[in-house]
Amino acid sequence: MISAAREGWLERRETPDSLVLSLGGRWDLRCAERHEKELRRLTTPGAQALRIDFSALESLDTAGAWLLHRLAERLRGDGIEVAFENLPAAHADIFARLAKIDSHVEIEPPRPNPLTAIVTLIGKSVIEIGVEIMESIAFLGLTVVSMMRALVRPRLFRVPAVFYHMEQAGLNAIPIIALIAFLIGLVIAYQGAIQLRQFGAEIFVVDMVAVSVLRELAILLTAIVVAGRSGSAFTAQIGAMKINEEIDAMRTIGLDPMQVLVVPRMIALMIVLPLLGFVADVMGLVGGGVMSMIELGVSPAQYIDRLGQSFAPWSLGTGLVKAPVFAAIIAHTSCYMGMKVTGSSESLGKQTTRSVVHAIFAVIVADALFSIFFAFIGI
Amino acid sequence: MAAHDGITIRASDITVAFNGVSVLENLELDVRRAEVMGFVGPSGAGKSVLLRTIVGLNKRLSGRIEILGRDLDELDHRQRRELEARWGVLFQSGALFSSLTVAQNIEVPLFEHTKLPLDVVEEICALKIGLVGLPPEAASKYPMELSGGMRKRAGLARALALDPEILFLDEPTAGLDPIGARAFDELLRSLQESLGITVFMVTHDLGSLHAVCDRIAVLGDKHVIVIGTMAEMLAHEHPWIRDYFHGPRGRAARHRENG
Repeated sequence: MISAAREGWLERRETPDSLVLSLGGRWDLRCAERHEKELRRLTTPGAQALRIDFSALESLDTAGAWLLHRLAERLRGDGIEVAFENLPAAHADIFARLAKIDSHVEIEPPRPNPLTAIVTLIGKSVIEIGVEIMESIAFLGLTVVSMMRALVRPRLFRVPAVFYHMEQAGLNAIPIIALIAFLIGLVIAYQGAIQLRQFGAEIFVVDMVAVSVLRELAILLTAIVVAGRSGSAFTAQIGAMKINEEIDAMRTIGLDPMQVLVVPRMIALMIVLPLLGFVADVMGLVGGGVMSMIELGVSPAQYIDRLGQSFAPWSLGTGLVKAPVFAAIIAHTSCYMGMKVTGSSESLGKQTTRSVVHAIFAVIVADALFSIFFAFIGI
Repeated sequence: MAAHDGITIRASDITVAFNGVSVLENLELDVRRAEVMGFVGPSGAGKSVLLRTIVGLNKRLSGRIEILGRDLDELDHRQRRELEARWGVLFQSGALFSSLTVAQNIEVPLFEHTKLPLDVVEEICALKIGLVGLPPEAASKYPMELSGGMRKRAGLARALALDPEILFLDEPTAGLDPIGARAFDELLRSLQESLGITVFMVTHDLGSLHAVCDRIAVLGDKHVIVIGTMAEMLAHEHPWIRDYFHGPRGRAARHRENG
């Protein structure tokens, strides 16, 4: 009975020619913990032999046995004789097993020298970036081809999936996007009022809100929120399916994963992002209006009137025309990253993070390019 | 401490339900010390649920579980941790931590539960790797880089890290090829014999049941239908049990053991 066995104990006794260690009770991991220091320091002053007496031993486990085995090996290395006495056969078996095992293993894979590691890292990263750009372009091509194919053969096109993703990425995102846009409108109107008041030009706050929200902020914030919300979801969904071999299963059944997974997401996002952008535009203007009323005492009627005068249709147009492009960037990046997930859950997490970071980065770069383009054509 | 008369695990009146659907009802079970108890039963009979309930991963609606003579409900946090250090669990797919190497996986429980110095921990870790028959090179590999069989062995090494008195195994040979499964059975038997471990094993592998198990418990209809030795199973009249042990696979496993 295990719990009835007494805790392990150790006694040392010196005889003229040898040191005798008597041990008994339960020699287990707990015991190893207690006696580790003692046994590590143990020497046999004067004596040329160590005898370990097991007659009172009740039970032994591998950790306990290892401690004794270790001691014996060390002393034998110093030329001292070590004998195990009264060792029951069942326990002798454990020692026999231990003796056969190589007691040294590498805990971690070997580390290369730092200099070569840095050079290798840089080289690898450059090649990886190159490969990724190529692959990403190829993936874009594949997506476009798949979309064309769906256009030619509408039977391939998955309408329910498109609606599902429109709901997930569009409808369900309305509250958060509306709130963010409203707050941004509020903040811009407030800051604008403080600055423009110095020139007595408070009323131009309305123009400022209209231009900045409609042209840039509403759509950019919408794209960033969607990249964080839906882009990460796309990557995680596709990645999890990749780990679960569902994508391989689709291929063997004759389903095209591009058609089933990527095209519906791409189309759904290209439809909903402009709509979300419009919601953000409206809410941004409402936010600006609320702040104008509080801070400047501009009545809603005046605000709308001024908005009508300052409103250049191009502001709304330049904002919303960017939306489908941002949508394509987000859908493309997130689906591509999802498809790149390999085996482990670690890779899934990494790819999801990269998906969001890359998508946001690409959206901002695209926005900058749009700005240059619009400046160039003069709108 | 309650008397524990050679019974390592005593479960009484266990009821487990998920979303109002009961999986186990009033289940009674005793596992004796240093025996290998195999659990069989139709898929969905609750074998894994029973294992998870006993180690405390599932909540139960009612019942008492005594392990090594201690009632699980009466333990405080510290006592619970102490008791947990006395059992090891091998999950179906190994459940190795994917961000750690095999050796680091085995070190986790040692660092968590003992104050042994680093060099001793590393040696014990090497010892366990040797004990489960993994080559020393496997120690510094990540679980991803190992084959299914090696992952199972690594999982077993981690379960054995603290020299447990009880080993819970969930389908240890599932997914292994027959040779690998047989080697695993032999390993388990020899470890169990030399270390005197009590083994609680959920399995579908008739070969394992023949080769390793002292007693077999059949789970069905939400409780243990029967517990007994292989000979008793073969003589039993219950239709599922007869089908299971006398089916072609059952006969094949028996022949292999006898011949």
